[in-house]
Amino acid sequence: MPKVKIARKSTAIDMTAMCDVAFLLLTFFILTATARQPEPLPVDTPASTVKIKLPDTDIATITIGSDKVFFGIPGQDIRRLLLEKMGEVYGVEFTEQEKRRFALVESFGVPIGNLKQIINLKGEERNQPGLQTGIPVDSVGVRASELHQWVYQARLATKELHNEDMRVSIKGDAKEEYPRIQKVIDILQSQNVNKFSLITSLRGADK
Amino acid sequence: MAELDTSGGGGKKGGKVRSKKMSTRVDLTAMVDLAFLLITFFMLTTTLAKPQAMDLAMPDKDATDQQELTVADNRSMTILLGSGNRLEWYMGSVDNPLTPPSVDGYGKNGIRKALIEKSKEVVGITGDPKKGLIVLIKPSDKSNYRNLVDILDEMKISNIQQYAIVDIFEPEIELLKRDGIYN
Repeated sequence: MPKVKIARKSTAIDMTAMCDVAFLLLTFFILTATARQPEPLPVDTPASTVKIKLPDTDIATITIGSDKVFFGIPGQDIRRLLLEKMGEVYGVEFTEQEKRRFALVESFGVPIGNLKQIINLKGEERNQPGLQTGIPVDSVGVRASELHQWVYQARLATKELHNEDMRVSIKGDAKEEYPRIQKVIDILQSQNVNKFSLITSLRGADK
Repeated sequence: MAELDTSGGGGKKGGKVRSKKMSTRVDLTAMVDLAFLLITFFMLTTTLAKPQAMDLAMPDKDATDQQELTVADNRSMTILLGSGNRLEWYMGSVDNPLTPPSVDGYGKNGIRKALIEKSKEVVGITGDPKKGLIVLIKPSDKSNYRNLVDILDEMKISNIQQYAIVDIFEPEIELLKRDGIYN
Protein backbone atom coordinates (compact mmCIF):
# COMPACT_ATOMS: atom_id res chain seq x y z
CA MET A 1 0.00 0.00 0.00
CA PRO A 2 1.50 3.27 -0.97
CA LYS A 3 1.80 5.90 1.72
CA VAL A 4 -0.25 9.01 1.29
CA LYS A 5 2.26 11.76 1.11
CA ILE A 6 1.20 15.12 2.46
CA ALA A 7 2.61 17.81 0.33
CA ARG A 8 4.80 20.14 2.36
CA LYS A 9 3.62 23.66 1.95
CA SER A 10 5.90 26.59 2.41
CA THR A 11 5.08 28.65 5.51
CA ALA A 12 6.43 31.86 4.06
CA ILE A 13 3.77 34.35 3.12
CA ASP A 14 4.01 37.02 0.52
CA MET A 15 4.51 40.13 2.53
CA THR A 16 4.60 42.62 -0.30
CA ALA A 17 1.07 43.88 0.08
CA MET A 18 1.31 44.10 3.82
CA CYS A 19 4.53 46.00 3.53
CA ASP A 20 2.90 48.44 1.13
CA VAL A 21 0.05 49.15 3.49
CA ALA A 22 2.34 49.49 6.46
CA PHE A 23 4.51 52.03 4.74
CA LEU A 24 1.57 53.96 3.40
CA LEU A 25 0.23 54.33 6.92
CA LEU A 26 3.66 55.15 8.21
CA THR A 27 4.06 57.93 5.67
CA PHE A 28 0.68 59.34 6.62
CA PHE A 29 1.47 59.40 10.31
CA ILE A 30 4.89 60.91 9.82
CA LEU A 31 3.50 63.69 7.69
CA THR A 32 0.64 64.53 10.01
CA ALA A 33 2.62 64.17 13.19
CA THR A 34 2.96 66.97 15.64
CA ALA A 35 4.53 65.56 18.70
CA ARG A 36 2.45 65.83 21.82
CA GLN A 37 4.07 68.03 24.40
CA PRO A 38 3.97 66.97 28.00
CA GLU A 39 1.94 69.51 29.91
CA PRO A 40 3.06 70.71 33.29
CA LEU A 41 -0.53 71.49 34.23
CA PRO A 42 -3.01 69.00 32.82
CA VAL A 43 -6.49 70.45 32.56
CA ASP A 44 -9.83 69.05 31.53
CA THR A 45 -11.21 71.51 29.03
CA PRO A 46 -14.98 71.85 28.75
CA ALA A 47 -16.64 70.68 25.57
CA SER A 48 -18.36 72.84 23.01
CA THR A 49 -19.77 72.50 19.53
CA VAL A 50 -17.40 75.06 18.03
CA LYS A 51 -15.41 73.64 15.15
CA ILE A 52 -12.79 76.30 14.59
CA LYS A 53 -9.31 74.93 14.99
CA LEU A 54 -6.72 76.69 17.02
CA PRO A 55 -3.91 78.29 15.01
CA ASP A 56 -0.38 77.03 15.60
CA THR A 57 1.70 80.16 15.71
CA ASP A 58 1.65 83.46 17.50
CA ILE A 59 -0.90 82.39 20.02
CA ALA A 60 -0.14 82.42 23.70
CA THR A 61 -1.96 80.03 25.95
CA ILE A 62 -2.90 80.85 29.50
CA THR A 63 -3.70 77.64 31.29
CA ILE A 64 -5.86 77.89 34.38
CA GLY A 65 -6.42 74.88 36.56
CA SER A 66 -6.39 73.88 40.22
CA ASP A 67 -6.00 77.53 41.25
CA LYS A 68 -2.81 77.96 39.28
CA VAL A 69 -2.05 79.95 36.19
CA PHE A 70 0.49 78.81 33.63
CA PHE A 71 1.71 80.66 30.59
CA GLY A 72 2.99 79.28 27.33
CA ILE A 73 3.84 80.56 23.90
CA PRO A 74 5.02 78.65 20.83
CA GLY A 75 8.20 79.58 19.03
CA GLN A 76 11.69 79.27 20.42
CA ASP A 77 12.80 82.62 19.09
CA ILE A 78 9.91 84.37 20.81
CA ARG A 79 10.49 82.62 24.09
CA ARG A 80 14.11 83.63 24.04
CA LEU A 81 13.36 87.27 23.44
CA LEU A 82 10.56 87.13 25.99
CA LEU A 83 12.94 85.94 28.68
CA GLU A 84 15.36 88.74 27.86
CA LYS A 85 12.59 91.28 28.12
CA MET A 86 11.26 89.86 31.37
CA GLY A 87 14.77 89.86 32.79
CA GLU A 88 15.05 93.56 32.01
CA VAL A 89 11.71 94.38 33.63
CA TYR A 90 12.39 92.48 36.82
CA GLY A 91 16.14 93.03 36.95
CA VAL A 92 17.08 89.37 36.71
CA GLU A 93 20.16 88.43 34.74
CA PHE A 94 19.89 85.25 32.68
CA THR A 95 22.92 83.51 31.27
CA GLU A 96 23.18 82.43 27.65
CA GLN A 97 22.68 78.81 28.65
CA GLU A 98 19.56 79.62 30.63
CA LYS A 99 18.09 81.45 27.68
CA ARG A 100 18.75 78.48 25.47
CA ARG A 101 17.12 76.16 27.92
CA PHE A 102 14.15 78.43 28.42
CA ALA A 103 13.56 78.50 24.67
CA LEU A 104 12.68 74.83 24.94
CA VAL A 105 10.20 75.23 27.79
CA GLU A 106 6.77 75.08 26.23
CA SER A 107 4.77 76.20 29.23
CA PHE A 108 5.63 77.17 32.76
CA GLY A 109 4.05 78.56 35.88
CA VAL A 110 6.34 79.97 38.52
CA PRO A 111 6.96 83.42 39.95
CA ILE A 112 9.85 85.14 38.22
CA GLY A 113 12.02 84.69 41.31
CA ASN A 114 11.86 80.91 40.96
CA LEU A 115 12.25 80.85 37.21
CA LYS A 116 15.99 80.16 37.23
CA GLN A 117 15.45 77.15 39.41
CA ILE A 118 12.85 75.73 37.02
CA ILE A 119 14.96 76.44 33.96
CA ASN A 120 17.85 74.47 35.40
CA LEU A 121 15.74 71.38 36.03
CA LYS A 122 15.49 68.54 33.57
CA GLY A 123 12.43 68.27 31.41
CA GLU A 124 10.68 65.51 33.28
CA GLU A 125 11.54 66.94 36.68
CA ARG A 126 10.02 70.22 35.63
CA ASN A 127 6.67 68.64 34.94
CA GLN A 128 6.26 67.02 38.31
CA PRO A 129 2.83 67.89 39.65
CA GLY A 130 2.91 70.41 42.44
CA LEU A 131 6.39 71.67 41.70
CA GLN A 132 5.36 74.77 39.80
CA THR A 133 3.15 77.00 41.88
CA GLY A 134 1.64 79.15 39.16
CA ILE A 135 2.28 82.68 37.98
CA PRO A 136 1.08 85.35 40.42
CA VAL A 137 -1.96 87.17 39.06
CA ASP A 138 -2.30 89.77 41.79
CA SER A 139 -0.76 93.15 41.28
CA VAL A 140 1.62 94.28 43.99
CA GLY A 141 1.01 97.91 44.86
CA VAL A 142 1.37 99.94 41.69
CA ARG A 143 3.28 97.18 39.94
CA ALA A 144 1.26 95.17 37.50
CA SER A 145 0.96 91.47 38.16
CA GLU A 146 3.53 89.11 36.74
CA LEU A 147 1.02 87.53 34.39
CA HIS A 148 0.26 90.99 33.05
CA GLN A 149 3.96 91.48 32.33
CA TRP A 150 4.35 88.08 30.69
CA VAL A 151 1.47 88.70 28.35
CA TYR A 152 2.56 92.24 27.62
CA GLN A 153 6.19 91.35 26.91
CA ALA A 154 5.14 88.37 24.84
CA ARG A 155 3.02 90.65 22.70
CA LEU A 156 5.98 92.97 22.24
CA ALA A 157 8.26 90.06 21.37
CA THR A 158 5.82 88.64 18.84
CA LYS A 159 5.40 92.00 17.18
CA GLU A 160 9.13 92.51 17.03
CA LEU A 161 10.05 89.13 15.60
CA HIS A 162 7.09 88.12 13.47
CA ASN A 163 5.36 91.45 12.93
CA GLU A 164 2.08 89.84 13.91
CA ASP A 165 -0.36 90.63 16.64
CA MET A 166 -0.17 87.97 19.25
CA ARG A 167 -3.42 86.25 20.04
CA VAL A 168 -4.28 85.01 23.46
CA SER A 169 -6.14 81.86 24.30
CA ILE A 170 -7.42 80.72 27.64
CA LYS A 171 -7.37 77.07 28.47
CA GLY A 172 -9.31 76.61 31.63
CA ASP A 173 -10.24 73.59 33.64
CA ALA A 174 -13.96 72.90 33.51
CA LYS A 175 -14.26 72.96 37.28
CA GLU A 176 -12.31 76.14 37.80
CA GLU A 177 -14.41 78.74 39.58
CA TYR A 178 -15.34 81.82 37.66
CA PRO A 179 -13.62 84.51 39.80
CA ARG A 180 -10.21 83.20 38.85
CA ILE A 181 -11.09 83.16 35.18
CA GLN A 182 -12.42 86.64 35.53
CA LYS A 183 -9.18 87.81 37.07
CA VAL A 184 -7.26 86.59 34.05
CA ILE A 185 -9.78 88.16 31.68
CA ASP A 186 -9.44 91.43 33.61
CA ILE A 187 -5.68 91.30 33.19
CA LEU A 188 -6.08 90.87 29.47
CA GLN A 189 -8.63 93.64 29.23
CA SER A 190 -6.44 96.00 31.19
CA GLN A 191 -4.01 95.91 28.28
CA ASN A 192 -6.79 96.20 25.74
CA VAL A 193 -6.82 92.61 24.66
CA ASN A 194 -10.55 92.32 24.24
CA LYS A 195 -10.57 89.44 21.84
CA PHE A 196 -9.34 86.05 22.80
CA SER A 197 -10.11 82.40 22.33
CA LEU A 198 -11.35 79.88 24.81
CA ILE A 199 -9.93 76.45 24.19
CA THR A 200 -12.52 73.70 24.29
CA SER A 201 -12.71 70.11 23.25
CA LEU A 202 -15.18 68.79 20.75
CA ARG A 203 -18.59 67.48 21.59
CA GLY A 204 -21.38 66.07 19.46
CA ALA A 205 -23.92 68.50 18.06
CA ASP A 206 -26.69 67.18 20.27
CA LYS A 207 -27.03 67.93 23.98
CA MET B 1 8.78 31.57 -1.48
CA ALA B 2 10.05 34.75 -0.01
CA GLU B 3 13.68 34.05 0.45
CA LEU B 4 16.90 34.87 -1.19
CA ASP B 5 18.40 32.26 -3.38
CA THR B 6 21.70 31.65 -1.68
CA SER B 7 22.89 28.55 -3.41
CA GLY B 8 26.27 29.58 -4.73
CA GLY B 9 27.19 29.12 -8.34
CA GLY B 10 28.21 25.49 -8.49
CA GLY B 11 28.76 25.08 -12.18
CA LYS B 12 32.50 25.43 -12.52
CA LYS B 13 32.96 22.58 -14.89
CA GLY B 14 33.95 24.44 -17.96
CA GLY B 15 31.60 25.17 -20.72
CA LYS B 16 29.69 28.38 -21.06
CA VAL B 17 29.45 30.68 -18.06
CA ARG B 18 25.75 30.97 -17.71
CA SER B 19 24.49 33.83 -15.60
CA LYS B 20 22.43 32.26 -12.89
CA LYS B 21 18.82 33.18 -12.57
CA MET B 22 18.42 34.63 -9.14
CA SER B 23 15.12 34.76 -7.35
CA THR B 24 13.93 38.32 -7.03
CA ARG B 25 12.00 37.67 -3.87
CA VAL B 26 13.21 39.35 -0.73
CA ASP B 27 12.22 38.47 2.79
CA LEU B 28 10.04 41.35 3.81
CA THR B 29 9.24 40.19 7.33
CA ALA B 30 11.82 42.35 9.03
CA MET B 31 10.83 45.36 7.00
CA VAL B 32 7.17 44.96 7.88
CA ASP B 33 8.10 44.55 11.52
CA LEU B 34 9.98 47.79 11.45
CA ALA B 35 7.23 49.61 9.59
CA PHE B 36 4.60 48.58 12.09
CA LEU B 37 6.81 49.51 14.97
CA LEU B 38 7.19 53.01 13.58
CA ILE B 39 3.48 53.26 12.84
CA THR B 40 2.71 52.39 16.42
CA PHE B 41 5.15 55.00 17.64
CA PHE B 42 3.76 57.76 15.50
CA MET B 43 0.18 56.85 16.25
CA LEU B 44 0.78 57.11 19.96
CA THR B 45 2.70 60.35 19.85
CA THR B 46 0.49 62.35 17.52
CA THR B 47 -2.37 64.49 18.60
CA LEU B 48 -4.91 64.11 15.88
CA ALA B 49 -7.65 66.07 17.60
CA LYS B 50 -6.50 69.63 17.71
CA PRO B 51 -8.20 71.68 20.39
CA GLN B 52 -11.04 73.90 19.33
CA ALA B 53 -10.95 77.62 19.82
CA MET B 54 -14.02 79.54 20.79
CA ASP B 55 -13.54 83.17 19.95
CA LEU B 56 -14.79 85.61 22.49
CA ALA B 57 -14.87 89.36 22.20
CA MET B 58 -15.33 91.25 25.41
CA PRO B 59 -16.75 94.77 25.43
CA ASP B 60 -14.13 97.46 25.55
CA LYS B 61 -13.73 98.50 29.16
CA ASP B 62 -13.06 102.20 28.64
CA ALA B 63 -15.77 102.70 26.08
CA THR B 64 -18.54 101.29 28.23
CA ASP B 65 -17.81 103.81 30.94
CA GLN B 66 -18.57 106.72 28.68
CA GLN B 67 -21.57 105.56 26.76
CA GLU B 68 -24.02 103.40 28.60
CA LEU B 69 -26.02 101.71 25.95
CA THR B 70 -29.66 101.83 26.71
CA VAL B 71 -31.33 98.66 25.68
CA ALA B 72 -35.03 98.21 25.31
CA ASP B 73 -36.33 96.10 28.17
CA ASN B 74 -38.30 93.81 25.95
CA ARG B 75 -35.21 92.89 23.96
CA SER B 76 -32.80 92.09 26.72
CA MET B 77 -32.53 88.81 28.47
CA THR B 78 -30.31 88.37 31.48
CA ILE B 79 -28.84 85.02 32.34
CA LEU B 80 -27.35 84.60 35.79
CA LEU B 81 -25.02 81.67 36.24
CA GLY B 82 -25.34 80.15 39.68
CA SER B 83 -23.93 77.16 41.46
CA GLY B 84 -24.64 73.49 40.90
CA ASN B 85 -24.82 73.86 37.10
CA ARG B 86 -28.02 75.87 37.38
CA LEU B 87 -28.81 79.22 35.92
CA GLU B 88 -31.54 81.77 36.25
CA TRP B 89 -32.94 83.97 33.54
CA TYR B 90 -35.39 86.78 33.13
CA MET B 91 -36.38 89.35 30.55
CA GLY B 92 -36.09 93.07 31.19
CA SER B 93 -34.45 94.62 34.21
CA VAL B 94 -33.90 93.13 37.62
CA ASP B 95 -36.19 95.58 39.46
CA ASN B 96 -39.03 95.12 37.10
CA PRO B 97 -38.65 91.88 35.15
CA LEU B 98 -41.05 91.26 32.29
CA THR B 99 -41.03 87.56 32.99
CA PRO B 100 -40.55 86.20 36.50
CA PRO B 101 -36.99 84.94 36.98
CA SER B 102 -36.92 81.23 36.48
CA VAL B 103 -34.31 78.65 37.31
CA ASP B 104 -33.18 76.46 34.46
CA GLY B 105 -30.45 74.07 33.45
CA TYR B 106 -28.00 74.04 30.56
CA GLY B 107 -28.33 72.13 27.35
CA LYS B 108 -31.04 71.06 25.00
CA ASN B 109 -33.90 70.84 27.45
CA GLY B 110 -32.79 73.77 29.54
CA ILE B 111 -32.07 77.30 28.52
CA ARG B 112 -32.01 76.58 24.78
CA LYS B 113 -35.79 76.35 24.58
CA ALA B 114 -36.20 79.71 26.24
CA LEU B 115 -33.50 81.26 24.07
CA ILE B 116 -35.01 80.12 20.81
CA GLU B 117 -38.52 81.01 21.85
CA LYS B 118 -37.58 84.47 23.09
CA SER B 119 -35.41 85.32 20.13
CA LYS B 120 -38.33 84.54 17.82
CA GLU B 121 -40.62 86.59 20.00
CA VAL B 122 -38.33 89.60 20.02
CA VAL B 123 -37.95 89.61 16.25
CA GLY B 124 -41.74 89.47 16.11
CA ILE B 125 -42.03 92.53 18.34
CA THR B 126 -39.39 94.66 16.69
CA GLY B 127 -40.24 93.46 13.20
CA ASP B 128 -36.60 93.67 12.19
CA PRO B 129 -34.43 90.55 12.02
CA LYS B 130 -31.39 92.68 12.84
CA LYS B 131 -32.89 93.80 16.11
CA GLY B 132 -32.92 90.46 17.79
CA LEU B 133 -32.54 89.33 21.33
CA ILE B 134 -29.72 90.78 23.39
CA VAL B 135 -28.38 88.44 26.01
CA LEU B 136 -26.45 89.59 29.05
CA ILE B 137 -24.47 86.80 30.64
CA LYS B 138 -23.66 87.39 34.27
CA PRO B 139 -21.54 84.67 35.83
CA SER B 140 -21.66 84.73 39.60
CA ASP B 141 -18.70 83.85 41.79
CA LYS B 142 -20.19 80.44 42.39
CA SER B 143 -20.31 79.38 38.78
CA ASN B 144 -17.44 77.58 37.12
CA TYR B 145 -15.68 77.80 33.82
CA ARG B 146 -17.67 74.98 32.26
CA ASN B 147 -20.86 76.97 32.82
CA LEU B 148 -19.39 79.94 31.00
CA VAL B 149 -18.32 77.86 28.03
CA ASP B 150 -21.67 76.07 27.98
CA ILE B 151 -23.66 79.26 27.89
CA LEU B 152 -21.44 80.75 25.18
CA ASP B 153 -21.95 77.57 23.24
CA GLU B 154 -25.71 77.96 23.62
CA MET B 155 -25.38 81.42 22.10
CA LYS B 156 -23.71 79.89 19.07
CA ILE B 157 -26.26 77.11 18.81
CA SER B 158 -29.32 79.29 19.07
CA ASN B 159 -27.69 81.87 16.82
CA ILE B 160 -27.87 84.85 19.13
CA GLN B 161 -25.91 87.65 17.51
CA GLN B 162 -25.68 90.04 20.40
CA TYR B 163 -24.45 88.88 23.74
CA ALA B 164 -22.00 90.09 26.32
CA ILE B 165 -20.42 88.93 29.51
CA VAL B 166 -21.17 91.46 32.19
CA ASP B 167 -20.29 91.66 35.87
CA ILE B 168 -23.04 90.56 38.20
CA PHE B 169 -24.34 93.01 40.78
CA GLU B 170 -25.95 92.82 44.19
CA PRO B 171 -29.72 92.54 43.52
CA GLU B 172 -29.04 89.67 41.16
CA ILE B 173 -26.93 87.83 43.69
CA GLU B 174 -29.86 88.24 46.10
CA LEU B 175 -32.04 86.66 43.47
CA LEU B 176 -29.72 83.67 43.16
CA LYS B 177 -29.58 83.34 46.94
CA ARG B 178 -33.35 83.42 47.14
CA ASP B 179 -33.63 80.54 44.71
CA GLY B 180 -30.91 78.60 46.44
CA ILE B 181 -28.38 78.41 43.63
CA TYR B 182 -25.69 80.50 45.29
CA ASN B 183 -23.85 78.23 47.64
